[in-house]
Amino acid sequence: MESVVFYIFAAAAVLGGAMCILQRSPVASAMWLMSTMFSLAAIYVLLGAELIGALQVLVYVGAVLVLFLFVVMLLNLGQKSNDLRGPSAVAAALVIAGLLAIELTALWRYTPRRLAAEVTRVAGTPDVAAAFPAGAAMQRAAAHNVVQSIAEPMFRTYLIPFEITSVLLLAALVGAVVLAKRRI
Amino acid sequence: MEPARFLGPSLGLSAILFTLGVAGVLLRRNAIVLFMCIELMLNAVNLTFVALAQLHGVGGWMMVFFVMTVAAAEAAVGLAIILAIFRHRQSVDLANINLLQG
Repeated sequence: MESVVFYIFAAAAVLGGAMCILQRSPVASAMWLMSTMFSLAAIYVLLGAELIGALQVLVYVGAVLVLFLFVVMLLNLGQKSNDLRGPSAVAAALVIAGLLAIELTALWRYTPRRLAAEVTRVAGTPDVAAAFPAGAAMQRAAAHNVVQSIAEPMFRTYLIPFEITSVLLLAALVGAVVLAKRRI
Repeated sequence: MEPARFLGPSLGLSAILFTLGVAGVLLRRNAIVLFMCIELMLNAVNLTFVALAQLHGVGGWMMVFFVMTVAAAEAAVGLAIILAIFRHRQSVDLANINLLQG
């Protein structure tokens, strides 16, 4: 049952991504990207990361895509006939993307068991829970209290990156205001 | 109970989405759509982090937070730059933005 839901949302995500790069109008692209992001939020929930799914909807759909739509409407671009690159560039792009796809989709073959076998370098069928003790511990913690299981590492182990992120946000805020001002 | 579900399919989906993002960046000339494709690539990487966090612990989720923050900052600054360029050139077509080509 769960895998059926997973594959439905995966298909929706791929369709949304493909339509996003094929649509002519930027608004239509943004709408298809929004469907991709909603599908990814559902997949995060299926993967046991409910908080990340909620944040995906809030941050990406609620903030980033609305920002994109604002800019599209501010610019008033009008209808372009075609904004694809020239035929030789298209062929080169498709070759590059195809090679990348062939390389990356080899990841499809990975299962937890195989990953554990590669990490522990034990022949035969290794115990996944023994190879990755943090994963099993995190699943128990997440089932108990999702926010607490995230808040504790965020303000202890990852405190310095967290503070650096806040400085980055401040810099981006100032930068965006200065760049978007008509006269500095 | 298996500690990780949908690991292979998630990694495969993330690979497909990342490739779509790369194809979009290479194919399109509209700067706004190009930024959307970059967001698509960042989303694909986030999916990898979430899928592997099932095995490796909560560090993957932390990375997703940081990636989301950087993506939001990048979108804000990038779109401000696009606005400035549009005000200057009346176009967001990347073929027209060739000031540094010499």
